[in-house]
Amino acid sequence: MNPEIIRVVGYVVAVIAFVALNAAMLVWMERKVAGHIQRRIGPKEVGPFGILQSFADGIKLMTKQLIVPEGADVLLFKVAPMLVMIPAIMCFVTIPFSEQLAARNINVGLLLIFAIASVNVFALLLGGWASNNKYAVISAARAVSQNVAYEIPMLITAITVVMFTGTMNLQEIVLGQAGGFWNWNIFPVGKNIGMVVVMPISFLIFFICSMAETNRAPFDLGEAESELVAGFHTEYAGMGFGLFFLGEYANVFIGCSLSVILFLGGWQGPFGLLPGVHWFLLKVYFLIFVVMWMRWTFPRTTFYGLLNLSWKILIPISLFNLVLTGAFIKVF
Amino acid sequence: MNPPITSADGLAGIVFLVMLLVTGAGAMIAVNAERTIRAVAGLALCFVGVAGIYYFLQSPFVALMEMLIYVGAVCVVLVFAVMLAEPHPEQQVSKRNALVGGLSFITAGMLTWGLVALAKGATWSTAAVRMNEGTMRDVGLSLLTTYSMVFELVSVVLLVAIIGSLVLGRAGRSKA
Repeated sequence: MNPEIIRVVGYVVAVIAFVALNAAMLVWMERKVAGHIQRRIGPKEVGPFGILQSFADGIKLMTKQLIVPEGADVLLFKVAPMLVMIPAIMCFVTIPFSEQLAARNINVGLLLIFAIASVNVFALLLGGWASNNKYAVISAARAVSQNVAYEIPMLITAITVVMFTGTMNLQEIVLGQAGGFWNWNIFPVGKNIGMVVVMPISFLIFFICSMAETNRAPFDLGEAESELVAGFHTEYAGMGFGLFFLGEYANVFIGCSLSVILFLGGWQGPFGLLPGVHWFLLKVYFLIFVVMWMRWTFPRTTFYGLLNLSWKILIPISLFNLVLTGAFIKVF
Repeated sequence: MNPPITSADGLAGIVFLVMLLVTGAGAMIAVNAERTIRAVAGLALCFVGVAGIYYFLQSPFVALMEMLIYVGAVCVVLVFAVMLAEPHPEQQVSKRNALVGGLSFITAGMLTWGLVALAKGATWSTAAVRMNEGTMRDVGLSLLTTYSMVFELVSVVLLVAIIGSLVLGRAGRSKA
């Protein structure tokens, strides 16, 4: 056997295990964070600090029957949750956890993540439509218009980073930020003094958009439970619902790790001390904590507010940012 | 001369065959499905297969663009339009005309014949062995030199699409 094939299979197994465990831990973390923000304790019965709570939930979900609603499109109804999960796992192919720990170092890595993650919307749409439920259809329509609106500023800010670094290879983007935190792309004082103005704004826009793309609060209009029951997964029971959830948390991880790779130096530490992969995970989980913090602090926006924010504020600012980036790269 | 199945080349060959099957199956679903949404899903499957073939032919950039634009944008917009226009999934396809069927068979036959004739007449160059290229520099250079004409023409297509949607959008709006 070719050792390359063994490496690939090993990596696939490890990534799937990581995605599942990551989702389980994030559900626990979300409930703990929510609890403490609301002056409760959160889960505490199962295991120390309730850390095994999500495993108990997972077992419960897996033992439940998968009910297909009457009048639903059975095939598409069953395919949709898988279509949420598959791209989420595929995106991990090119994320560099550390200098050595990356499945494939692809030259168009950034494009690969955007291309594969775009299938997610299609899956939500199919799931919502196949459920034969009006709330699910409305929610799917909302999710699509939201995703289309926020993909534009997200891609434009990604382009500012690509222009600045000159590559779409994620590993090279991280390597370009070596040598201390003053070289990180968010405040590149050490590299290009003009970009110090542009990059923090780019980071903010990118972070907001990645939250909106993953349907996280305050942008979770697709699952506004006060109006739409539970959104596109209203009709899903058991592991069908579970897969939507796993996919959402995997996407949150991917969004935060992209922010870390593009702006916060990836696996580069501000000072030695720890190996790269530790720094990478520390930064990513800190950003995920911020995402949760926002969810339990801010109320849900209205739908027109959400679309106005993207089309009238984020897109013009990001276009202006793009022009400034071009100018600063020439001038400094 | 065939490489063994467990080698990397052999596996790549199997993946290539699977991608061909996926493309064909997707196209068949897109044509034969009775529900419009399923037809669009088949189309998306077909696009994924085509993207896989591009990747196999050492052009990851084109493959990813195919995914991003055709699956992520075109198919989503199609499903969206169908969902808004046709809320009731059970709609029977209109009865087929015998004449139309015959004509389409003739057209398909002529197309196949033409493609086969082209394929037999062509001189095949070996597939480019340039794995993991397609850096920003390569893509930018080829877009602005070799393919600059195509690049400009695409922008004209986009311009026409934008103007068309503006015209249609204005026509639907009431004067009040």
